[in-house]
Order: sequence, then C-alpha cells, then structure tokens
Amino acid sequence: MGSIKGRLGALRRSGQELLDSGEAERLLGGSVLFTKVESVVNWARKYSFFLYPFVTACCGMEFMSVAGPKYDLDRFGAALPRFSPRQADLLMVVGTISHKQAPVLVKVYNQMTEPKWVFAFGVCAVSGGFYDNYATVQGIDTLIPVDVYVPGCPPRPEMVIDGLMKLQEKVAQERWSDWPRGAAPVTDEAKLTEC
Amino acid sequence: MSEIAKDLHTEHMVINMGPSHPVTHGTVKFLVTLDGETIEDLKVEIGYLHRGFEKMCESGTWYQVFPYTDRLNYVSPLINNVGYALAVEKLIGIDVPERCKYVRVIACELSRIADHMTNVAAGGLELGAFTAFLYFVEARELVWDLIEMLCGARVTTNYVRIGGLKNDLPDGFKQKTLEVFKRCRVLWSDVNKLLTKNRVFIDRVRDVGTMPAEEAIAYGFTGPCLRACGVPYDVRKANPYLVYDRMDFEVPIGETGDNFDKYLVRMEEINQSMRIVEQALEQLPGGPINVDMPYYRWQSKDDIYNRIDSLIFHFKTVIEGIKPPPGEVYLAVESGNGELGFYLVSDGSGKPYKCRVRPPCFPLTAAMPRMMKGRLIADIVPTFDMINMIGGECDR
Amino acid sequence: MDASVTLQRLTERFGDSILETHSYRGDDTAVVKKEDIVALCTFLRDDGKLLYNFMMDLTAVDYLGREPRFEVVYHLYSLRYNRRVRIKAGVPESDCSIDSIVPVWIAADWFEREVFDLYGIAFNGHPDLRRLLLYEGFEGHPLRKDYPVKKRQPLIGPIN
Ligand code: SF4
Repeated sequence: MGSIKGRLGALRRSGQELLDSGEAERLLGGSVLFTKVESVVNWARKYSFFLYPFVTACCGMEFMSVAGPKYDLDRFGAALPRFSPRQADLLMVVGTISHKQAPVLVKVYNQMTEPKWVFAFGVCAVSGGFYDNYATVQGIDTLIPVDVYVPGCPPRPEMVIDGLMKLQEKVAQERWSDWPRGAAPVTDEAKLTEC
Repeated sequence: MSEIAKDLHTEHMVINMGPSHPVTHGTVKFLVTLDGETIEDLKVEIGYLHRGFEKMCESGTWYQVFPYTDRLNYVSPLINNVGYALAVEKLIGIDVPERCKYVRVIACELSRIADHMTNVAAGGLELGAFTAFLYFVEARELVWDLIEMLCGARVTTNYVRIGGLKNDLPDGFKQKTLEVFKRCRVLWSDVNKLLTKNRVFIDRVRDVGTMPAEEAIAYGFTGPCLRACGVPYDVRKANPYLVYDRMDFEVPIGETGDNFDKYLVRMEEINQSMRIVEQALEQLPGGPINVDMPYYRWQSKDDIYNRIDSLIFHFKTVIEGIKPPPGEVYLAVESGNGELGFYLVSDGSGKPYKCRVRPPCFPLTAAMPRMMKGRLIADIVPTFDMINMIGGECDR
Repeated sequence: MDASVTLQRLTERFGDSILETHSYRGDDTAVVKKEDIVALCTFLRDDGKLLYNFMMDLTAVDYLGREPRFEVVYHLYSLRYNRRVRIKAGVPESDCSIDSIVPVWIAADWFEREVFDLYGIAFNGHPDLRRLLLYEGFEGHPLRKDYPVKKRQPLIGPIN
C-alpha cells in the first residue's frame, strides 16, 4: 500500500516521466492506456495526411511515380489526394511557381482548413531553382510558410518519402498552441481577386 | 417536355476551370460559358508555367541550354536534348559519328515510349480507369530504369552533348532493354485489353474532339494528333534525321481525329518505338561517340588530364563556351507531341543570341475552343488529355 | 535546285519586296518588306507549285542597335512538296507593328499574341491581341535585349 502511495506521489511530481515509462499502465493491470490527448491527435494526424497536389511542372512526373505502384505513398497514410483545398491538410507544391501562378497558390493555401502543412517538392518550389529571372518566384517560402523542403530537380522518390517521414516526426512534436497559423502573410485581397 | 422547356428562364453560366484543377495537368485555365451542360464558349488562358526559357538560354553558354531543354517537355526530355544538339550541330556543320546516331535514336525512342505511356496512363486515370494508370506507371518506371542506366537521371536527363554524348551505352544495356520490353509488352496488352474495347472508355472518347484534316493543318497540328486525323506527317519519315531512314517502322494514322483515334495512334506508336529500339540495338556499330573537334566537344578525360592541348581546349570550351559561326538555322525533330523545332541565331559569341523552340502542343492547346464548342462540359477532360498539353513546353 | 524553287517563284512574283535571299545550311530564307507580308503569305499558301499549308512557327528576334531593330520570323512547311522556307520581315522600333497573318493561317493566332507579349510588336488586324504568357499589368517586354534578366515584377509581394 505504502509503496503504491509513494508511487502515486511520484506520479504527481513528474507525471510526464511516469507516462513515458509506462509504469502507470502496468500498475493498473495493463487494461488502461495513459497518454496525452495531444499525442493521440498528433499520432492520428501524422498517419492520415490528405494531400492537395498543387502540381505545376516537371516534378509532377516524379510525383506520379511516388504515388504510383512502385513507391506507393499509401504506406505512409498519405495516398488520398483531395482536389478541394478545403478537404486537404497537406499542400504539396510540386514544381515551379511563376509570378502569374503565385496568387493562386496563396489563395489555395488560405482556403485550406487548419491544421495544415506545406511540402515544398523540388528545388523550384524550394528556392526557384535555376530559373532566376523575371517570371519565377524565388521559393514559395516567400509567399506561404513551408514545413518540409525537399530539394532535387526533381527529387527522387526516396527523397520524397524521407521528406514525408520528416514531416511525420514534426507533426508528432506539435503543440495545440501551434495552431491556428492564420492566413498567409502576403494576402492582399485586392490583388488576389484579380486572378 | 420541349414545350415546357421553351418557357423556362435559363441563363448562361460561366465556370472557371483551373489553373489548379485535377484535369488540367500542367497549368492552364479554362473559362467555360455553359448553357446547361453544353459549352457555348471556351477561353483558354496559358502562361502559368512561363519560366523565361529563352531569357535563360540567352544568358548562358550554348552548353548550358541543355538542362533547360530537359524541362521543356519533361515527359520526353531526351528528344528535346537531341533536337537541340542537332540544331547546334547544323549551325556549326558537324556530323556526329555513326554510333552516336544510333544511341541517340535509342534514347529518343525510349523517351517517346515513356511519353506515350504517361499520356495514356494519365488519360485513363482522369476518365476513371485507375488500373490502366497503375499498369502504365509500372511500365514507365521500367523504361525510366533504362534511362537511369543510360544517363543517371530519371526525368531530367541532360544526356546529349553538342557533337556527341555524355557517355556511351552502359554494359548489359541491350540485355536489360530486351527484358524490360518483354515486360512492357505484357503490360501494354493488359492496358489494351482494359481500355480499347471498354464500353465506358469508348463512350467517353469516341467522336469527341474530332478535327477534319484540313482544319487540323490550318491550326498547325503535328504529331499524333495530326496523324489521328489521317495525315501521315511524321518528321522522322518526311525529313529523316539521325538514322531513322535505316529503321523499319510504320506511322500509324487514324481516320476522324477524335480522341479515340489519338489514343489508338499513341498505343501503336509505343509498339513501333520498341521495334525501332530493338533494330537500333541490333545494328549498333562500334566506334567513337564524340566528334573529334576539340573546339566544340571536349576530349576524353584521359586526354584532358594528360595532354596540354586537350586541357587548353577543355578550359576554353568550359569557360568561354563554344562559338558557332554567325548564322541562323531551324531544325525540327519529331517529339512525343509533334514537330519540335529549334530556331537558333548565333552572333558568333559564346552565347546563343536567340534560342527559340517551336512547341508542338502550343497550337494544339490553341485549338481547344474549336474542338470544344457545342460539346458537353465533360468532354473537356478526355480532349485535353489527348492533346497532351505539357506546361513546360507550351508556356516555356 | 529543288530547294530554291520557292525562292525563285517568290522573286519572280514579288521581285521588289524581296530584299535578300539566302540558303544558309540549306534553309531557304527570304527577307521581305513588312508591308507585303499578307499578300506574300497568301501566295505561298495558295500557289500550286508551293502550297505551304503549315505555319510552323512564328517568332521575333531583337537585334538591338541595328535598323530595323526587330525581325519577325515565319517558318512555313509544305506538306505536299515536303519543303520548308523561312520568311523574315524587319520591323523598326519607331513603327513597331506588322500586319497579322491570322486570316491566312489561323494557327498564327497565339503565336502572334506571344510575340506581342514578349517583344511588344503589334499585329494589325489581329482578332484578340492581348498578353498571352504574362499577366496584364506586367510592364515592358521581357525578351527585348534591353530588359534586364534579373528585373522582377511580382504580382503579389513577398513576406517581408
Ligand atoms: S525542380 Fe526541376 S524538375 Fe522540379 S519543377 Fe523545377 S525544374 Fe522541374
């Protein structure tokens, strides 16, 4: 008895430690799971990305391969593309974004519901790549926040899968307070309605 | 019924499809004016992937253009590489060695196979035939393995050089190719069985997007879309380049130019391309793959490390770039979508003065309104698929 | 010999408006006066010995510092005779326009819009002359040689 009391005291003192050690579950006969709501939700989120493929250019060819039979994104719970931004939570920006396209990208980003993540696929989305001229946006992070950068021109499917796993790790670490992020900082309604 | 309908008040509805829409692979915007489901008017807006190709070419050396050509029609990059290299060679007046020509033909046809497979796969996917997509993506993956063996990259190849190639065929390439083709043929016939006699597929594509031959010519159609209308124009036959005149292959043509014909032409071209590759591998001669003109094509690494003259040439061609004589040329090759032309102007300096590409899918996209007026809105999907508009090439 | 048939016919018919011809690397080329471009193109398309039914390509080149500054370049192809020809017409900067050939080949529609967009050459009589690749509000014409490579005109501003 005394020892259980002592242990509950320890639980009060450092709940987290005990949670992590699994001691509490053992005490209660293994029929109960202790965890934080946050971790459960994050765990669920990281294995059920609904992605919105914003495919513009050559990287789309590799995107097809990643989604296709050999590399199979489904293994990571990210196989179901949603073509409405409102149903998606992972924005895959695949390919070059030109200045003409930029307002559209921002609009799509703002239409997605939170929480949402952005995946920059290919060096064009990351930094503009070797298109350093009047037409191309020099990296989508000048427009919207980006969570994972996967460079490569185009990145090999292995890299994309690695990037996706990095994103899963990131999602697992998130706190409630990280959301909502709000609209993209560049939003300029007057200009956005033109497109 | 029609009596009632007469008095009903209807209005035209304007719908905006794109630029980020699942069927507009590549990025294009359609402004569709609808009367019910019938298309009254269609406006096409392109340019969402305009990346300043020509401006970038003009600011680099002749060699530095190659990576940009990869990204024009990114479904068949090797054909773009070859087309550009041939145009520059014509400008300089180089004739490449025999072996190089054969390897280039092999590279081109592999690319064409991948291109048509991607097109049919995506077309099937967008009409709901997901299985066909999976089969052809598997087949394309195998062809890409070959391309990777050849040049180390899957999509953006950068393989051809002015006056030669980056490297020779790797060991065991022939063996591997024959194995891959065996599997590809199985997958091809699977897809053929899945689509060609599939009622749902046929209903969606037959008699949709028809084009009379005369009009197709006036609109500047080339490639599979023109051949589907019954015009047997193929640059490989009309103005044979490389060693296409020694290859035995047929040019499939259609009758009405509808989407079904375009699909059939592409399917048959996959077969013909496989035949060409097999013949080329059979006839492949030995010998060098690069011209012996150190001013234009640097010599082997062995020479560069060990001989002072080679080192100097290497240094000059890398730092200053090659210098073709002043002049202008136009050269066309047959790409996956049709006639891919390069119009080059040199002013004798190390940079291209003008590097223009004639994009084959540009006139095809421009003809979308002509093909779509009076049709149903659902017909946009197969028609747009079958013209195979590739953003990188159309918008450059 | 076969190659020069086109140039011969052209000179016979339009002697005065042909300024120069050459066949560098086998590409038949005729430099013509821009005023006659539509008549010339119609002739090329309809003449029984030429029948250039394909308008393959239309582009422009900016020869900055030369007079006339621009050159509009047409590449034509005759399916019947399997021949190609290149027609070039100089366009000075002071009068930066040329007649549209859309009535001759409908294919020229978008090609002319593209040249208008990137070079700023106007095509008289074009049915719908607007920017094609760039957006309304873009200032200048990026493929002109005096447009700096790095000059940017974003539609929406960056984060900071
Ligand atoms: S990163 Fe490379 S492959 Fe991807 S879109 Fe850009 S240019 Fe194309």
